[in-house]
Amino acid sequence: MLVFVIRRVLISIPVLIASTVVTFLIVKLSGDPLTPLKQRQSTASPEAKARFIQQETHRLWLDRSWPTQYWHWITNILFHNNWGEQVVGHDNIRTDVFTALWVTTRLVFFSVVIALVLAVVTGVVSAVKQYSITDYTTTFFGFVFLSMPTFWFAILLKQAGIWVNDKTGSHIFATIDQPDSWISPGQLVGHVLLPTIVLGLVGYAAWSRFTRASMLEVLNSDYVRLARSKGLKPRTVLVRHALRTALIPLTTVTALDIAALLGGAIVTETVFNWHGMGYLFVVSLRAIDFNVMLGWLLVTATIVILFNLVADILYGVLDPRIRHA
Amino acid sequence: MLETHDSVTEETQQQRSDSKVEREFTVKERSQWRMAGRRFVKHRAAVVSVVVFILLVLFAFVGQKIWHYKYDGAFLPVDEINQGPSLKHPFGTSTEYDQMALIMRGTQQSLKVAFIIALGGTGAGAIWGVVSGFFGGFIDSALMRFADLALTIPALALAGALARRGGGKLWIIGLVLAAVSAPYVARVVRGVVLSLREREFIEAARALGASNTRIMVRHLLPNTIPVLIVNATLLIAAGILLETALSYVGFGIQSPDTSLGLLIVQAQGAVDTRPWLFYFPGIFIILIALTVNFIGDGLRDALDPRQTRERR
Repeated sequence: MLVFVIRRVLISIPVLIASTVVTFLIVKLSGDPLTPLKQRQSTASPEAKARFIQQETHRLWLDRSWPTQYWHWITNILFHNNWGEQVVGHDNIRTDVFTALWVTTRLVFFSVVIALVLAVVTGVVSAVKQYSITDYTTTFFGFVFLSMPTFWFAILLKQAGIWVNDKTGSHIFATIDQPDSWISPGQLVGHVLLPTIVLGLVGYAAWSRFTRASMLEVLNSDYVRLARSKGLKPRTVLVRHALRTALIPLTTVTALDIAALLGGAIVTETVFNWHGMGYLFVVSLRAIDFNVMLGWLLVTATIVILFNLVADILYGVLDPRIRHA
Repeated sequence: MLETHDSVTEETQQQRSDSKVEREFTVKERSQWRMAGRRFVKHRAAVVSVVVFILLVLFAFVGQKIWHYKYDGAFLPVDEINQGPSLKHPFGTSTEYDQMALIMRGTQQSLKVAFIIALGGTGAGAIWGVVSGFFGGFIDSALMRFADLALTIPALALAGALARRGGGKLWIIGLVLAAVSAPYVARVVRGVVLSLREREFIEAARALGASNTRIMVRHLLPNTIPVLIVNATLLIAAGILLETALSYVGFGIQSPDTSLGLLIVQAQGAVDTRPWLFYFPGIFIILIALTVNFIGDGLRDALDPRQTRERR
C-alpha cells in the first residue's frame, strides 16, 4: 500500500511541472497586458509615452524571451515566495489569491457536502425503485438541473431572495458579498445558502445520475442476488452489500469534478458578488493581469492534481484490486 | 437474429392469405442500426425531444426568414419598445428590437456554436483517442498525460483565456470550446479502443496485411461511432451552457450580434421591470439543453444496451 501511495505521489510531480508550463503558455496566448496602456489617449508627449511603455515592459519582464520569463516566474515563487508584480496596482498576489481561495473554499465545501448527501439518497432511491414515479420525477429534474445555465438560475434565486426579504421586511438572505469571518451562524446560513444551492445543484444533478447508474449495475450483479437468496434482510443487502460497492466510483467522480466546481464558482461568485477565486480570475483576465492569472491557475491546478491524487489513493484503499494491479 | 413476435404473425397471415405457404416464417436480416432504431423509439422522452429539437432548429433557421421583425438594423418605433408579450410581439420587445427576432438569432448562434463544439470536439477527441489506444506504450502515455494536464484547468477559465483574443467571433469561440472538450472524448474513445484492439477482427485485418492507418480508419474508428454519437450529443448540451457562461464573464459572442447567453446577460438588470427579456432566452437554453440531453440518453440506451435494463 505504501509503495502504491509513493508511486502515485511521484507521478503527480511531473504533471504539476508540466501544468505550470501549459498555464504559462495559455496566459501568454491570452493577450498583451499593455494594450490598454498603449491605446490610452494621454496629454503626455509621444516620447514620454513611449518611454513609459518601455519602462513598464521592462518592469514586467515582457522584453525577455518566454523561457526566461517562465524561469523568472517559477524560480521567484519557489525560492523567494514572490508571486510577481501586478500590471496595474501593487497588491501582493500571493495574499490576494489565498484570501480569495478561502472565500471560495467555504462555498465549495458547503455545496459539495449538501449535494453529495442529497445525490446519494436520490440516486439510491431511484435505482431501487427503477421506472417508478419517483424515479421518473428525479430523473426529469436531474436532467432539468443539468440543462440550466448556472447564472440564469443564480439570478433567479437572487431575485427570489430579494423578494422574500422585501415581503418579510427583514434581511434573511444576503444576496451580495461574501460573509465576513465573524458573523453569527444564523447570519452565515443566510449568507451562504443561495450561492450554495446554485453551485450544489449542478454537482447534485450529475452525481445523482451517476449514483443511480452505479447502483443499478451493482443491484443486478450475482453477489447481490446471492446475498438476497441467503435470506439477508433487504436493508442489509442494500446498505452493507450494494451501496458500499456502488459508492466506490463516486469518490473518483466527485474528486475529478472539483475542477468543474471551481469553474462553476466563477459564475456563482460573479452573480452574488463574492470576492473569491472566480471573481479574481474574471477581473484579472479582463485586464490580462498575467501574474495574477498565473498564480490563480497554479493554485487551481495544484488543487485539482491533489484531488486526483486523493481520489486515486482512496480508490486503492476502497478497492483492493486497483492497488494490486 | 430472429423475427420478433408481431412481425412473425404479420408475415404468416399475409402468406396464408396468399395460400402459397412454403415456410412457417421468413427470417429477415435486421441490421444493427435498425435494432438501435427500435430501441430508441421505446425511449419516449427521447422521441419527444427529437421532435421538439427539430422544431427549435426550424424556429431558429427558418423562422428568421419568415418573421417580419429583425434582430438588427432599424429600431422599433418608440411606442412599441419595452412592451410585454402581445400578439404582435409574442415575446415582448426590448429597448430596441422585437424579442422574438432576437431569440431566433440567439438560438441560431448558440446552436451553431454547439454544432462546432460537437463536430470539432468529437472529431479531434476521436483521432486523439484512437491513436492513443491503438499504439499504446509511450505514445499512449504521452497523449493521455497531456489530456490529464488539460483537465487540470477549469474549462471555463481555459476557454475564457483562449477566447479573449477572438473578439467574440463565433467560430473562434466554437473552436476554443471544442478544444477544451476534446480531452474528455479522447479518454472515452481510448477506453473503447483498448478493448477493441485485442479482438480477433483486428488480428485478422493485420494478418491480411492491413497497415496501421487502415486498421485505425477502417476497423477501429467505425466501431467507436456509437460512443461518439452519444458523446457528441452530450457535448452539444454542455457546449450551449459553456457558451452562455462565457458570455456571462464577458468573453462570448459580442453585440450587435447575439446569442442566448448574451441576451440573458443584457437582461439581468431587468428581471423585475421587464421579466420577458430575462425568462424567454433562459427557457430556450433549457429547452435546447434538455432535449439534447434526453436524445443523448435515448441514444445511449439504443446504441449500448449493456448499460441499461430492458425498458418496460
